[in-house]
Amino acid sequence: MEKLTESLIEIVRRTSAVIPDDVQRAILAALENEKEGTIAESAMKIIEQNIELAKKKSQPICQDTGSILFYVDCPVGFDQMAFADNARKAVTTATGKGFLRQNSVDSLTGKNDGTNVGTGAPTFHFHQHADNAVQVRLVLKGGGCENVGAQYSLPNTQLNANRDLDGCRKVILDAVQQAQGKGCGPGILGVCIGGDRATGYDFSKTQFLRDLDDRNDNAELDGLEQDILTTANKLGIGPMGFGGKTTLLGVKVTAANRLPASFFVSVSYMCWAFRRHGATLGSDGEIDEWLY
Amino acid sequence: MIELTTPISEEQIRGLKVGDEVGISGVVFTGRDAVHKYLHEGGALPEGVSFEGSVIYHCGPVVMKDEHGDWQVTAAGPTTSIREEPYQAGIMKKFGVCAVIGKGGMGPKTLAGCAENGSVYLHAIGGAAQVLAERILKVRNVYFLEEFGSPEAIWELEVDKFPAVVTMDSHGRSLHAEVAEASQAILAENL
Repeated sequence: MEKLTESLIEIVRRTSAVIPDDVQRAILAALENEKEGTIAESAMKIIEQNIELAKKKSQPICQDTGSILFYVDCPVGFDQMAFADNARKAVTTATGKGFLRQNSVDSLTGKNDGTNVGTGAPTFHFHQHADNAVQVRLVLKGGGCENVGAQYSLPNTQLNANRDLDGCRKVILDAVQQAQGKGCGPGILGVCIGGDRATGYDFSKTQFLRDLDDRNDNAELDGLEQDILTTANKLGIGPMGFGGKTTLLGVKVTAANRLPASFFVSVSYMCWAFRRHGATLGSDGEIDEWLY
Repeated sequence: MIELTTPISEEQIRGLKVGDEVGISGVVFTGRDAVHKYLHEGGALPEGVSFEGSVIYHCGPVVMKDEHGDWQVTAAGPTTSIREEPYQAGIMKKFGVCAVIGKGGMGPKTLAGCAENGSVYLHAIGGAAQVLAERILKVRNVYFLEEFGSPEAIWELEVDKFPAVVTMDSHGRSLHAEVAEASQAILAENL
């Protein structure tokens, strides 16, 4: 087996079984914050135990190992086709080892061939950069949280949301209210203001590559992120929607140019089982350094 | 924690109320989208299988064969239940299901079904696939594996003190409806 394939299997294993440090810190803080003796606290305790157990047993944190999203930063001249071939092999092998569930279904026939490889599965996002390093990031995003994502077109009469930041705030909070506990909260939001319908959702998901405790470079967006987080945590939806203090663990917002005629706000919801890892690869495809 | 062992009587179910933490022991059957659609459309249960007094678990587990060729559940958290809303109440009634375990809660049709049939909705912790898999002692059988694929098959599982919370009881209360209403009011104050 090629070194690159081995490295990619290890990235898949780690992403499926080991919660990133930034997310674990946020979960522990949320557990501390929930009121003793409540079902919200019980839920957070089980979540904490689950994180430890998955890591120890090297088994999936959540059985829904989700959509498999690769984000690859690579230099000019990098062979993307060879990389994708290796990644597909790695995904199939990782599925055989139980790091991934047999999770990919033919939408027309309903058949699940058990490989997790098919049209659009896994998904690759390649970005060239002016650097010799190859950085691979992987997000595994489960269906429960994907199903509560939402895209709004402003203005929105029902929510009294206009084409401004306050309008964005209103629809993002509406997405949190609509999601309740169905996306396995406490969740993390990735949001894109603007773009077309496809790039809006695409950009909203790249926000999940940011460290949970970083701050937005853009002061206006930073303000919006903090505001949404604080307000959402006043709503009392709580872990699993049981009621409680922690509804969201984080909010990340970006903006993309839009057409004069369009104003989309795309909201992706990530469950507490925020599975995201990445590594810088060496010249032979070996793992040089973990990114999270 | 209130301990319940299958088959669970209607009296025990009627004694449960929203907010109770329970531990289920005995047998549960997984069943999700494909199974619910199949049963709703008049499909029969496999020979020898009865759901009377039983528990349906909305779950698509990761199941592996060990070195002896036996099935082992290696990850088994709940899946989102609301997708079964069109079918659940009818299936509870037709097959005598006394409890459903899932996540995210269900709607008014299921809530009315719980009151009518003496059934209950139990919320397991979404994403807690390892903690919950540890409560599964054994795979007794699997049905529709070929037809529906592994995540969608009916897995007959022996469980011990499987933890869940009553979020919809047989007296018409739904924690989900209550939290949604309360959070909507707080949101309105903060817009």
